[in-house]
Amino acid sequence: MATAYDIATKQAEPDQDSRAPVIAVENVYKSFAGHKVLNGISLHVNHGETLAVLGRSGTGKSVLLRLIIGLDTPDSGEIRIHGHSIAGLALDRMGEIRKKMGFLFQQAALYDSLTVQENVAFPLEHHRRDMSKSERADRVRQLLAEVGLDGDIDKMPSDISGGMQKRVGLARALALAPEILLLDEPTAGLDPISSAEIGELILKLQREHRMASIVVTHDLHSARTIAGRLALLNEGDAVIEGTFEDLQQSNIGFVREFLKQS
Amino acid sequence: MKNSGLTAVAGISPPLPVRRIELLPSVAGNATKLFNGFFEWFGSLGIFSWRVLRAAVTPPYEWRELIRQLDEVGSKSLPLVAMAGAAIGVILSLEARYSLSRFGAKSMFPATLVYSVIQVMGPVITGLVVSGRVGAGMGAELASMKVTEQIDAIEASAINPYRLLAATRILACILMLPLLTIATDASALLTGWFAQAMVEPLSFHQFIANGFNGATFSAFLPQTFKTAVYGLIIGLIACFQGMRTRGGAAGVGRAATNSVVLASLFLILADVVLVKFILVFFT
Repeated sequence: MATAYDIATKQAEPDQDSRAPVIAVENVYKSFAGHKVLNGISLHVNHGETLAVLGRSGTGKSVLLRLIIGLDTPDSGEIRIHGHSIAGLALDRMGEIRKKMGFLFQQAALYDSLTVQENVAFPLEHHRRDMSKSERADRVRQLLAEVGLDGDIDKMPSDISGGMQKRVGLARALALAPEILLLDEPTAGLDPISSAEIGELILKLQREHRMASIVVTHDLHSARTIAGRLALLNEGDAVIEGTFEDLQQSNIGFVREFLKQS
Repeated sequence: MKNSGLTAVAGISPPLPVRRIELLPSVAGNATKLFNGFFEWFGSLGIFSWRVLRAAVTPPYEWRELIRQLDEVGSKSLPLVAMAGAAIGVILSLEARYSLSRFGAKSMFPATLVYSVIQVMGPVITGLVVSGRVGAGMGAELASMKVTEQIDAIEASAINPYRLLAATRILACILMLPLLTIATDASALLTGWFAQAMVEPLSFHQFIANGFNGATFSAFLPQTFKTAVYGLIIGLIACFQGMRTRGGAAGVGRAATNSVVLASLFLILADVVLVKFILVFFT
């Protein structure tokens, strides 16, 4: 019987289509107050592929996601989404690209004055005005059912657990049927059972929606479950990129230490 | 610093203590920081204002959020400004009656009250009260959204936060301040008349007729509509302070405080310019 990892590995097989990568990060540098966070990092993600970005805390993993979604700008280097550089794009133009992307924040970043249902409906109300109110409501119910939250639609974010908030955040990220999914520490702060449930959920969604995904995590086990390819960051750059077996066979000291401690 | 043998032999007193000399670079450094911070703040405010303006004039417009903010700024501030107006009316009535009696000009009481309220007190009191309530509320709300990444989530959802959050709030303040000022004025005149009528019977009709005798629209309308500028100041500063917050709960508190303090200060400074502008162009 195929394991979750086998399924994930199968997802890592290069797409037969020779299109350019969906996400391409090339030689990106980023510093904050003189402290270099990203030091010439380069990586790419193809259609239908999931890349896990691992590393110690403070190595720039979340910063990398923020640069890809355009919430911050790199000091130098280039980021391309579907072959289009996002450097210097105006907010509204960047918005057109973001409509094809979904982002799950580390703390879910739910709108605390809106209910669960209103949170998930938020992107639909702004971008799918062609849908009727009942169509939007059906779509919201469908999304919440996908993440296993049918019964809590009228609750406020403060009334639900951290794991449930992550699920709502995931449902909201999927609202516009994105082609790209960015997940910032999806299992951070969760107990092992909830972490496993979120991991299985992400895997299921990837199988169904075939999105290009980047998952930032410090949890190696979660990364193995969710992703077909892994990149390990150290001092602002990817020291290795490949499958889990590639990491296991690596002779790089930092990689061996990271695997040993995980 | 050591007293070298040579200076000791020569009887020369040792040089000034190092601590006193180091004060000068420290004061200069702080002054430079303050100077830079002052211009950095205004520069950032300018950039923010441009982004909000650009977002406000390009579709899609956030009508639903604007209506929600009109209710938040307008309807929910109405009881407070009405109460403030009522208090001002009584205070002015008591003070004016005493002063006018001393100079034998009691008959001027209605006009004194009307002009004082509509031209000066009503707009300023409304601005300060709304600055406190709305400025603090908006600043804190947006600051809280900033530190919990909700504003980032809005932007990541391909929605322009300057359009959704800032432009709607600023426009609501601009539209609601003149209406709230009218409410303050009405409340102040009503209670002012009532306080006077308790001492010397005077019908409300007579009070209004005497108070507005000979007045034209230009005597009152510019002063009322200048509060739209107050609304711009309150909304702009509250949104700016809120959306640039850092530092968790402490940052939220600072944003709320700074929103009120700066909005109130700029409002009063703007009034100096506006009063002169009205005197030159409308009277």
